[in-house]
Amino acid sequence: MNLKTTTEILVIDDETSIRRILEITLQSHGYSILQAATAQEGLQLTATHSPDLIILDLGLPDESGHTTLKKMREWFGKPVIILSVLSGEQDIIAALDNGANDYLIKPFRTGELLARIRSAMRSASRDDEGPVIHLNGLEIDLSTRTVKKDNELLKLTATQYALLALFGRNIGKVLTHQYLLREIWGSDHVDQLQYLRVFIAQLRKKIEKDANYPEHIITESGVGYRFLAGSN
Amino acid sequence: MQDVFVTPFIGSRIGRPRQYLLSILSVCLVSAVCFLFSSYIGVEVVAFVLLLTLSLIAMFFDILPVLLTALLSALIWDYFFLLPRYNLQVGNTEDRILLSMYFVIAMVNAVLTYKIRQIEKIARQKEEKAKTLKLYNTLLNSLSHEFRTPIATIIGATDNLLEQPERLTRDDSRKLLTEISVASLRLNRHVENLLNMSRLESGFIQPKKDWQDVHEMILSVLHQLEEPLTGRRVIVSIRDGLPPARLDYGLMEQVLYNLLHNAALYTPPGTPVFISATRFAGELILIVEDDGPGFPDNEIARVFDKFYRLANSRIGGAGLGLSIVKGFVEAHNGSIELTNRASGGACFIISIPGCFSRETEAVKKLSYQLSVS
Repeated sequence: MNLKTTTEILVIDDETSIRRILEITLQSHGYSILQAATAQEGLQLTATHSPDLIILDLGLPDESGHTTLKKMREWFGKPVIILSVLSGEQDIIAALDNGANDYLIKPFRTGELLARIRSAMRSASRDDEGPVIHLNGLEIDLSTRTVKKDNELLKLTATQYALLALFGRNIGKVLTHQYLLREIWGSDHVDQLQYLRVFIAQLRKKIEKDANYPEHIITESGVGYRFLAGSN
Repeated sequence: MQDVFVTPFIGSRIGRPRQYLLSILSVCLVSAVCFLFSSYIGVEVVAFVLLLTLSLIAMFFDILPVLLTALLSALIWDYFFLLPRYNLQVGNTEDRILLSMYFVIAMVNAVLTYKIRQIEKIARQKEEKAKTLKLYNTLLNSLSHEFRTPIATIIGATDNLLEQPERLTRDDSRKLLTEISVASLRLNRHVENLLNMSRLESGFIQPKKDWQDVHEMILSVLHQLEEPLTGRRVIVSIRDGLPPARLDYGLMEQVLYNLLHNAALYTPPGTPVFISATRFAGELILIVEDDGPGFPDNEIARVFDKFYRLANSRIGGAGLGLSIVKGFVEAHNGSIELTNRASGGACFIISIPGCFSRETEAVKKLSYQLSVS
């Protein structure tokens, strides 16, 4: 019998009050929860229990959460969501570049946190799916490198396609400017944000219903873009 | 226009007029000494001695006094040492070349030293700026943590209670309400501390002194701290017959509150806390001690600094409590001293002078006599 019947979430936060709130929130929504007050304890629980998702605070008493995240990412592949009071772009970008799936700033809304957890869990399980990504009215076929909108084939340039495919493989996750530039244009171009802006604008015109109110490519100001499946 | 010129270490301490005066004096003095020995040394040696003087002046003074020194020393060298003497005329071509070279070297010397100092100054300023920025960021992070954590707790708890109450057990709801209450009190304390801090910063803190019973004040603070002090023995010792003291009740209450609250937060649960009040050499002495880990020796001097937090601090806090304590004690013309007890705990000793007046002495005597008779 599989011991894990529910999704197990590890919360690493030194504030008892935050852990207690998360415990009640998550348990009442059917998740089981593990708790750690220090980075060391958190890493230990990660290794011994292999939770399905980790909620990590950045201001831990024994080390910076950034360091913990880096250590964790050497062997832990499942989603990590950062939950921190640090709201600076530098911290958000650093955490995402170190492998965090998402970043939520304290104070947070419970609904938002639950949505991010669901989204992270979904994209974690999507890895096993086939080569075709289905979104609301949009279909990306990674094997034939074709994109259909409302069943009509879209004409995309190679770069536009590469960008969209990258987004499609990371639904719900914030991709930083630097990451996108490095992946698409190479590490020499990580500072050339204007490239990205131009291609994002072109892509929005082609895939969004209304490029002024995008529902797929969402701007995370100062940080990057988040690709969403869109509302149904 | 003052800002245009670099005011280096020493130059900044010596005013511009005095720099001129000192430059002229030193050049004249050195020239006079050289003049006395001019029958033993050649003009070239004099030139080198003067250049050395100029270099030294250039290291410490502003550019204008240095340029004046360069010009002055060139003229003196020409007038008193180069042949024909006592004449600005220069006799032969060789000396003419020497003089012009002297002048150029002096100028280059002055300008180069000035430039090097300017670069140093910019580097220093940059370093200071980076330091300030780092301090500011640490401060902002700690403050935002202290405010956002309880706010996050309240929002998280209310979201749960409002949106899906049917998912919660009775016990869960109670826990959430407790968290809201604790977080609100924590927020309130931070706001109080920040307000107190800004009162202190503005410098307009005027203690409203009145006769207070110190014992009653201590008991009132302990009553407010009942919850955080749960499970601890609090040992209060008040000297018999301690007369009323002239204090600002609100300020001193805050002082004791912050010290005792710190003891409750930062020492192991269950360890005792000691408070005593006595009178020594006409001063009110208040002592708050604990059996906790004490303070690291190398940080003890800084714990009263605004926003200072111990390097190994594991529990939240904004670093305001103790600086407010110090500020309020000083508003009473008093002083506070922190030491580590031999047994390891912290010991805060507050002394407030002049809060027992002679009048009270008389009142005390009278009341004593009345009680005896």
